[in-house]
Amino acid sequence: MTDTADRTAKAAPSLEAYRPPRNQWWDVWDQFKTHKGALFGLGFFVFTLLFVFIGPLIWTIEPQYIDIRARNAGPSLAHPMGTDQLGRDTMARMMAGGQTSIAVGLTAMALALVLGTLVGVLAGYFKRLDGLLMRTTDLFLAMPLLPLLLVTIMLFRDPLRANFGPEGGIFILIVVMIGVTSWMQTARVVRAEVLALKEREFVLAARSIGTPSHRMITRHLLPNVMSPIMVSATLGIANAIITESALSFLGLGFPSDFPTWGRLLFDATDWLMQNPERVIWPGMAISLTVLSVNYIGDGLRDALDPRIRGR
Amino acid sequence: MFDTTGAKKLVEIRDLKMHFPIRSGLLRRVTGAVKAVDGVSFDIYEGETLGLVGESGCGKSTCGRAILRLYDPTAGSIRLEGEEIATAPFDKLRRLRPKMQMVFQDPQASLNPRMTVAGIIGEPLMEHTRLSGADRLARIYELMDAVGLNRDFANRYPHEFSGGQRQRIGIARALALNPKFIVCDEPIAALDVSIQAQVVNLLEELQDRLGLTYLFISHDLSMVRHIADRVAVMYLGRVVELAPRDALFADPKHPYTTALLSAVPEPDPASHDDAERIILQGDVPSPANPPKGCNFCTRCPQVMAICRQIDPEIREIAPGRFVACHLHDQDTQKTAAHAAEPTEV
Repeated sequence: MTDTADRTAKAAPSLEAYRPPRNQWWDVWDQFKTHKGALFGLGFFVFTLLFVFIGPLIWTIEPQYIDIRARNAGPSLAHPMGTDQLGRDTMARMMAGGQTSIAVGLTAMALALVLGTLVGVLAGYFKRLDGLLMRTTDLFLAMPLLPLLLVTIMLFRDPLRANFGPEGGIFILIVVMIGVTSWMQTARVVRAEVLALKEREFVLAARSIGTPSHRMITRHLLPNVMSPIMVSATLGIANAIITESALSFLGLGFPSDFPTWGRLLFDATDWLMQNPERVIWPGMAISLTVLSVNYIGDGLRDALDPRIRGR
Repeated sequence: MFDTTGAKKLVEIRDLKMHFPIRSGLLRRVTGAVKAVDGVSFDIYEGETLGLVGESGCGKSTCGRAILRLYDPTAGSIRLEGEEIATAPFDKLRRLRPKMQMVFQDPQASLNPRMTVAGIIGEPLMEHTRLSGADRLARIYELMDAVGLNRDFANRYPHEFSGGQRQRIGIARALALNPKFIVCDEPIAALDVSIQAQVVNLLEELQDRLGLTYLFISHDLSMVRHIADRVAVMYLGRVVELAPRDALFADPKHPYTTALLSAVPEPDPASHDDAERIILQGDVPSPANPPKGCNFCTRCPQVMAICRQIDPEIREIAPGRFVACHLHDQDTQKTAAHAAEPTEV
């Protein structure tokens, strides 16, 4: 059967010369393009990025500029998203807040992902490290997040502020704290996957070739644990943005006049009756960004799996 | 085929043991060991195919994997062209890897689903050669031609192929570094019959062309009869009989081999029904707790008192024929006398 298949394929006129192996990222992109949700998500995410990073160059009102006479205004041409109780322009604040929120989300997620994947792969691949690393993971899982945050912020806020400026210091602190307290799920999932993959014959085949451990991990294990990593990455961004909002709300995050999406949302809740749109803007920004990232992750996961690709 | 004795020994295996620890209890203490391979010795001559047969769970695959140091053997020595493998450190082992390769049982599981065919076949080349991208691709195409795969398949992924084609990819990968010795671990067990013949013929053709040496692990006796020059029969972690193929199939010496051969189906229905089969009673004992004396004594139709006492050593009863059975001891009586005293044999 195989032979006949081969022969027909050989007999077919070679219209194109044997294509040299194509960079597989082209295949990934081709598949990604077929996922409508992912394309839409990518489009929206790019739009959000442009809005928060390029927007301030066009919409030049200072987010901190107080125009007390225009306070609590609804959407108008002068203030397309309205103003807050001090007359600050909501659109400018949304842009400035978005920069922080997205930066916190992406960096904290990246940190959690790197930590989680590292711990998971090491624990799964090297039996000697398994016990130690997984007990550490359990320890972190059992740690109450909020008291931990309170203590670290109390301890490190001032030295970090002194070194990196008030906003920079808090940014580093928050990113590190969110990253350090949210890698455990990833680590567990990755370890479980690696344990299962390690027993597969293709890993044995790579060992019979003499592939050293680090290339075994990068070439054979990591690409195959991509799916769960992708899922936790997209969920991680959402989590990080929301945790940052909660921290700001508790007064542990950025200074109260420094806008982030979470901060804007919590500030606006007091004015929910008078100016409902002030809640809707940051709320929608957070949920749509999270949703778009989830769709991107979904599409990427499918695109990275050759078994799904081309279907 | 007695002329192989004059040929050069490629692989020498001496007293190879592969025990897997059994851990139990709260503290996961080692409370025993599964003796998957328990003292196996044989030689493989250059250019031959040594068939390794036995029933499921007798340690065939473990033996094959331990020979390539995919497991760290518990004891014993494995020499490939005189170089010790069993205890070689990683660097030396890596140097030796190109000489010995493996074809795996399950063509689905032995190929990384995330790599293209070119990536899979090219991996050994990436690891052990310094070929440029174009040269490597040329070599990959050459290998794909050698195993009868269309060159256009280079960009495809393993799931797009049939079982037989996947096995060809696995064979191409094993051939990439021009190995001398290939362990074929039931390469045809997962394929349907029409494809089995193709793959076996391909393996034979490659052997003729490239002068390969095979350790062909299988439980399919008719296939072993077709491909092997010599056959080793394993039972419960031991080699019980090792003989040239024709001699073994014509006149099996060990009762287990006799029973095994009598189980081969006959193509003719009449003679199939009439065949006098030796049906072994009972189950294979657990390799964690093998019986005292001969491993086969619990099921052997010709069991003697001595079999339950003394483990028979494998000895050469005729040139090239090795059997581990007390039936073929010239001095059975003498050792039986010794059996009364618990002496080491």
